[in-house]
Amino acid sequence: MTTFTASPFVGKTFGVSVANLTKRFGRTTVLHDINLEVKPGEIFVIMGPSGSGKSVLLKHVAGLETATSGTVHLGEYDAANPATRDKVRLALVFQAGALFNSLSVYDNLALYPREHRQCNEAGIRDRVMHALQILSLEDSARVFPSELSGGMKKRVAIARALVMEPQLLLYDEPTSELDPVMSATITEIIATLREQTAVTSLVVTHDRDLALNIADRIAIIIDGRIRATGKPADFKQPADPVIANFFNPVIDLKNPRFKQLENSHE
Amino acid sequence: MKFLTAIVGHIGGALLLLVRSLKFSSTLPRQFPRFIEQCYLIGYTTLPIVTILSFFIGSVLALQSGYSMENFGAKQFIGTLVGLTMARELGPVMVAILVAGRVGSAITAELASMKVYQEIDALLTMNISPERMLVLPRLAAVVVMMPVLAIIANLCGWYGGALVCQYTHSISVDSEAYFTALKLYMKPRDIVDGLVKAEVFGFVIVNVCCYIGLSTRGGPREIGASVTKAVVTSLILILVLDYFVTKALLMS
Repeated sequence: MTTFTASPFVGKTFGVSVANLTKRFGRTTVLHDINLEVKPGEIFVIMGPSGSGKSVLLKHVAGLETATSGTVHLGEYDAANPATRDKVRLALVFQAGALFNSLSVYDNLALYPREHRQCNEAGIRDRVMHALQILSLEDSARVFPSELSGGMKKRVAIARALVMEPQLLLYDEPTSELDPVMSATITEIIATLREQTAVTSLVVTHDRDLALNIADRIAIIIDGRIRATGKPADFKQPADPVIANFFNPVIDLKNPRFKQLENSHE
Repeated sequence: MKFLTAIVGHIGGALLLLVRSLKFSSTLPRQFPRFIEQCYLIGYTTLPIVTILSFFIGSVLALQSGYSMENFGAKQFIGTLVGLTMARELGPVMVAILVAGRVGSAITAELASMKVYQEIDALLTMNISPERMLVLPRLAAVVVMMPVLAIIANLCGWYGGALVCQYTHSISVDSEAYFTALKLYMKPRDIVDGLVKAEVFGFVIVNVCCYIGLSTRGGPREIGASVTKAVVTSLILILVLDYFVTKALLMS
């Protein structure tokens, strides 16, 4: 386990409740009547195949998408209301980092406290350097995002989220495109952060090891519908063949899936 | 009908962006470094091209008018013609076209790429308003820099015209006569009207380019499409607005 000391987060942590959430883009329904309850301080992992609507659901929680019907609440506040951002300090670690390319790593991290006038430059420097130390990025402070590898960008994105001292932390595919060691490190960071700060963490991922090792609860979304919700132990030997196939796909070279797909069109 | 609805929607969207941005006007002193950076980008980097083009536009104007006015024996009024045309029309319009092409396209490309690569979403989750951080400093900078660029364009155009008049054998109007004619029929109001037009054009260009950049949807290909759309829309608006603003100024 990575050892570090995160600065104590200010204020309470928030749960998330999603009620009857449906999202349509044109004629395509991406989310069908989703209901979820994430308790404060919990690590809740949302898993599902590509295109199942996980990231769209996360965007609704972050208030970046408007629901076609249904609601998303962060604690008692409506996530779709822009005023909620004044009340709930929410950080989202984007899949591709979403770092500001025109700013150095240091300035990327310093942007939030500077814009919100949270402390003077010396205080900002302490906070930024502390977050960079946690993710072993001290030497990259003056580097620009375009000079970083994919894994480093992801670590910088997590560091930027840490500087915000969030009350709700959202991760969109935090371990995608990373090597196994870096994936394990990021997994450890997510778990340790929650352990030390009790921040509610909502993680969207394909990473089976991350989910089974650190989640308090897991929800599986398939085709925009919640297929199952439960503790990690419930998914070690799932009875549902669709979920079993998602968690433990068998590579069968004698009967490959792509041939089945071709046959299905005949 | 669908097309009209879309146009009305875009006008509404651009106006809404303007109102949202101006709502943060009180934060401008805090954003002084960003404002200065935008002044540099809008003003300083556009200056060389404005200088060169306005010099040659003034020169061509003097050359053409010298050629035609000779037939009426009115060569001594070339200075008046070049002076008024540059100050009231060509100076502001040409600066606006150059700003749309050079600065407007850069603004749209930057904001569109920030949108496509989720930097705008990141700002929103950080509770930082893109209107405050990205649009307002640009609007403020263009308001300051457009009159400066228009004045420089006027001066270069006038001197371009004077040089051509003096050294073109068929015209042969010396600089003193040229500038006397220029001053004789030109009132301060003519220059002020031109500067008002430049302000209006600059404000519209930045607003439209920011709106189109921030409305970009899709992948990297859309960045290029947005830039083209922003420049074409700005050019159309400059020429359409030119008529209405000129008419309003002449009537006032």
